[in-house]
Amino acid sequence: MALKETVSRLPVRLFRPKEDARSATSTSAFWVMVRKEFSDHVRSWRFVILMTIILLACIGSIYSAITALRSGNGQAGESSEFLFLQIFTLSDGTLPNFIGFVTFLGPLMGIALGFDAVNAERSKGTLSRLISQPIYRDDFLNAKFVSTLLIIAVSIFSIGLLVMGVGLIVIGFPPTPEEFWRVLLFLITAIIYVGFWLNVSILFSVRFRQATTSALAGISLWIFFSVFYGMILNLIAKGAAPATDSGAEVVMGYQKLMQALNRFSPSELFNEANTTLLMPNVRSLGPLAMEQVVGALPSPLPLGQSILLVWPHLTGMLAATMICFGLSYLLFMRQEIRSRS
Amino acid sequence: MAVQYSVIDSAVEISGLTKAYGDYLAVNRLDLTIRKGEIFGLLGPNGAGKTTTILMMLGLTEPSNGTVRVLGLDPASSSLDIKRRVGYMPDDLGFYEDRTATDNLIYTARLNGLSEETARESAKELLDRVGLSAAGGKKVGAYSRGMRQRLGLADVLIKRPEMIILDEPTLGIDPKGVTELLELITVLSKEEGLTVLLSSHHLQQVQQICDRVGLFVGGKLVACGDIEQLSRSLEQKNAIIVELEVGRKTEQFEQSIGEIEGVNSVRCSVSGMNGSHAAFEVVCDADVTPEIARVAATESELLSLRKRSYHLDDIYRRYFEGGDAHGA
Repeated sequence: MALKETVSRLPVRLFRPKEDARSATSTSAFWVMVRKEFSDHVRSWRFVILMTIILLACIGSIYSAITALRSGNGQAGESSEFLFLQIFTLSDGTLPNFIGFVTFLGPLMGIALGFDAVNAERSKGTLSRLISQPIYRDDFLNAKFVSTLLIIAVSIFSIGLLVMGVGLIVIGFPPTPEEFWRVLLFLITAIIYVGFWLNVSILFSVRFRQATTSALAGISLWIFFSVFYGMILNLIAKGAAPATDSGAEVVMGYQKLMQALNRFSPSELFNEANTTLLMPNVRSLGPLAMEQVVGALPSPLPLGQSILLVWPHLTGMLAATMICFGLSYLLFMRQEIRSRS
Repeated sequence: MAVQYSVIDSAVEISGLTKAYGDYLAVNRLDLTIRKGEIFGLLGPNGAGKTTTILMMLGLTEPSNGTVRVLGLDPASSSLDIKRRVGYMPDDLGFYEDRTATDNLIYTARLNGLSEETARESAKELLDRVGLSAAGGKKVGAYSRGMRQRLGLADVLIKRPEMIILDEPTLGIDPKGVTELLELITVLSKEEGLTVLLSSHHLQQVQQICDRVGLFVGGKLVACGDIEQLSRSLEQKNAIIVELEVGRKTEQFEQSIGEIEGVNSVRCSVSGMNGSHAAFEVVCDADVTPEIARVAATESELLSLRKRSYHLDDIYRRYFEGGDAHGA
């Protein structure tokens, strides 16, 4: 019986279309593409190099956090109950803390994994062959994004959990459930942040035909936000600073303006979100008037309140990601695809 | 429904197809019908609009005007269906270089909805068929140009298409490879009843295997039919050329040749020192070779005389030159 079944499943003539082959949906094609892209990433040298850099950074930051904890210059006296979270936020001054490394290296990861997503396929001539298969064009772009985001999620989670594990061994002090959730939320925020940069670089890879151009564009945007944006803001701050004797409202307005400008930078958004998530003592992100503080208990915020505080940040980052994705979608759909051009 | 069936007889029906890039017309009011099961050659110089036409057939580019039906389907609305049933090999095709040939084929098959085992089986069978079974486990990066092209053919066939479109399949392969590839295409097409659309700028190659040929220049189809039809229609339109070599060249001689009834034009192609030796090309409406010979013999010293009729080659070359002039 089994043999008969196999025989009947064999195509009668090799090149005649089989009816059941036709009925295949394009969702399966989408996952086929995701699988292929994912395995391409894992095999690539680029991924190995990136992971090495990030792992080294993690080891450095853990070391620095632990020496800081041992020497006791953390805020241990204030909130020893959140000791575990300090692995991520504390530094002995020689090396940046874990958040600092993620803020700095996350964009590099996003850009490096996405800058040649579309234009490399184009210049290798595989895009025109791929696009003449029965797949939707947007599926191609979605598959590129989803597979790379999966890679990013896997690596960030494994790094984060690895750091937690090492912390557990060194401190010998298990995290509370709340601490665990806070770390998990922090990791998800990091994925969204890297996802934003990934989308920026995919956008560039659709726009620029040369992989080097798109890599350069991505890196310069990253450097702009991590180095120059702060400088420009300083200039603006000096120019717009109110006189020392001006009223509280003027000072308040100035502070709010500076903060709003600051928040245009995705790394600033990410930083604020993480400080709130990993330091429950942070009660507010904007300036507070004295009357607002009066009567407030100097206790750490519960998890729900912290999330509420960073919700706009998350929304902002997601919105920026979507805008980039929408733009690359728009560009890609309208592009004519010829071989190697 | 009756109308539907009559449409199904032809694999491709194009009418009034136009594609404009700004002011430039890449394809200009093209009408073309390709019957099922035939090998059709689209012949034309680079930049004649062949690839653009093919892209419009697959729904990869939108036409500015006109209609296209491929297997009775409209590429604008059912591009996915067409791509499922039509295999397309781009002119400069690329593969994932760090993957093996088998992996590349399986990927294409999976994208077409074949299951993993079926894909593996078909890949093996097809590699065997195109003569790459020994190299199936090699990475495509190590493939030669000819091997890639054959792999491309396997890649097009793995979705079991009803029609295949090959854009410049013979580009950059050595003559032996070309012959092999063309033979392979012919065999596959005849055995499986595939419709083949082949674009090329090599007349000889197209002549070898195509049932019908369309001559495509500057976005227009200037002639279409089988090779005999084409050359017959061109012969009628065009005259006879007499090539003539004489020992002495005088102006008077040239004049008297031109005065013969039926002679259209006289062109001096080679001219020796002091008019000692010259060759002419005389274009005539009718066959007046004897007259030309007599005049040449009396007024000069006839060295050689050759009559030749217009070949497809000549026409093609002439159009080619015209096409280049347009492009420049």
